Amino acid sequence: MSEQEAKIVFDYPKSLTRMPTHYCPGCLHGVGHRLVAEALDELDIREKTVGVCPVGCSVLAYKYFNCDMIEASHGRAPAVATGVKRARPDLYSFTYQGDGDLASIGMAEIIHAANRGERFTVIFYNNAIYGMTGGQMAPTTLVGMKTTTSPTGRDPGLRGAGYPIKVSELIAGLEAPIFVARYSLLTAKDIIKAKRGVKKAFQYQQKGFTFVELVGTCPTNWGMAAVESNEWARQNMIPAFPLGVFRDKTPELED
Amino acid sequence: MAEKLLMKGAEAISEAAVRVGCKLFFGYPITPQNEIPEYMSKRLYEVGGHFVQAESEVAASNMIYGAAAVGARVMTSSSSPGISLKMEGLSYCAGAELPVVIVNIMRGGPGLGGIQPSQSDYFQATRPGHGDFRFLVLAPSSIQEAADLVALAFDLADEYRNPVMILGDGLIGQMMEPVVFKDHEPKEYDRSWCCTGCEGRDKNIVNSLYLEPALLEEHNHHLFRKYAAAERKEIRVEEYLMDDAEVCIAAYGTTARICKTAIAVLRAEGIKVGLVRPITLWPFPYATFRAYAPKVKVILNVEMSMGQMIEDVKMAVAEKVPVEFYGRVGGMVPTPGEVADKVRELVG
Repeated sequence: MSEQEAKIVFDYPKSLTRMPTHYCPGCLHGVGHRLVAEALDELDIREKTVGVCPVGCSVLAYKYFNCDMIEASHGRAPAVATGVKRARPDLYSFTYQGDGDLASIGMAEIIHAANRGERFTVIFYNNAIYGMTGGQMAPTTLVGMKTTTSPTGRDPGLRGAGYPIKVSELIAGLEAPIFVARYSLLTAKDIIKAKRGVKKAFQYQQKGFTFVELVGTCPTNWGMAAVESNEWARQNMIPAFPLGVFRDKTPELED
Repeated sequence: MAEKLLMKGAEAISEAAVRVGCKLFFGYPITPQNEIPEYMSKRLYEVGGHFVQAESEVAASNMIYGAAAVGARVMTSSSSPGISLKMEGLSYCAGAELPVVIVNIMRGGPGLGGIQPSQSDYFQATRPGHGDFRFLVLAPSSIQEAADLVALAFDLADEYRNPVMILGDGLIGQMMEPVVFKDHEPKEYDRSWCCTGCEGRDKNIVNSLYLEPALLEEHNHHLFRKYAAAERKEIRVEEYLMDDAEVCIAAYGTTARICKTAIAVLRAEGIKVGLVRPITLWPFPYATFRAYAPKVKVILNVEMSMGQMIEDVKMAVAEKVPVEFYGRVGGMVPTPGEVADKVRELVG
């Protein structure tokens, strides 16, 4: 028998704590967290990173990320991260925000942080609903989608409930951001692509504003089983929120 | 000896902050305090700092939250309606125990109100925001005192890990007076709690969320133990010509200066009148007023408001002496003559 050493090829990321999360079965926040943690590990920046959590389902993410963490008020994470990076440009920082937090109450903060080219990374988990508060309509809720505050389906017509906001496209319309992309967390293949994007966003954050949208699910508030919700997202979310890289200035930024 | 400079209040406040190590300012334009962000937008880049004109007062108050969380000395400024918006971030600062300094150059209200001097934010300053918390509130009545109190504000913020508010009015902001920036002894404060990257230690968390009722109750008690210490140690008050006074005027900030002029006129007429001027509006000098209650015939509370500080004065003296009121509002500044007339009416 040839000499073979046992080698660990897959392990728990250092940048995650071992604490069990409060996320519902089938929720993809855990995958989003893991991608961020793997990026911090691979770039070896865990000890130089200050994360900023939102209000919403990932309000407790400060317990799960194993780096210095700040809890922000609803929607203000990009303002908090602005304070962090202006005070300590040598550190790395990221915000991890959901769609209610980022695209509704925090729309001013995200747009202006992006427009100033603040040097932090935004991870935006879009599942088209307010999860933590019990399934209300979000700015990204699809037309016709039923929620507790759009019980007959989101109606942009008579009820004037508006249309889902395509945040990545909005951010990419600004001059300053250097990397803006939307990925999904629905299949293993999608997750591998998303991982590359998340890592790239961190890799280039000292040169400008980087934004990664992750299309996820909310089985609990969508009223579906995990697998069913992934399939529903594939059929309904992806057409509304097309995947892709909307801005990539990083090739010009290579030293 | 330190140089004597002729400066506008808003500039003196800004310069005082820079001289005690404030390198970060996040603000949003609102009259009558625009000279502060304008001064900072130039000055901070001379000391290797940063100025950000935020998208809103809400954002500015959350930017100072972030900067304080990583251990920076940081300031923001605004005026009354803007302070209402900043109250969100400031409650979080208090909850997460972050040292920040806020300058409020008050204007009249409610609503948009006006842009002229006012003291109608006494309530907002001394009973701030949502949740059980306090600001330490410092009220200057001259440009020199404004500069001195800004230096003190940063130390108190660090000492108590709590927001400290400088409460001035349009006159303090706009008036020019000579000012000397005193040498400030830099103190070392514990920054081991800050989020500066977890190299060589466990991770730090800056947070105001306590989902367990028992833990939140304990956190509230912890905050109030700090406030109790501030009430013991940080009360500052000026007592002016009170030794033989039969009438005690209670006033703060610009109004107190106007009252001093009135007192000079009244003293010349033989009327024994003095002034108690709270410099810290919170913690409030209840004991000072309580001590004068049996000694004076009447307390005249003068404010540029419909009567806000008067509630604390009345609470202090517990009906042992009558507390009368004179106030002008809407940006109307009381004249020494008006105050003197009111005193004559009371003693006549």
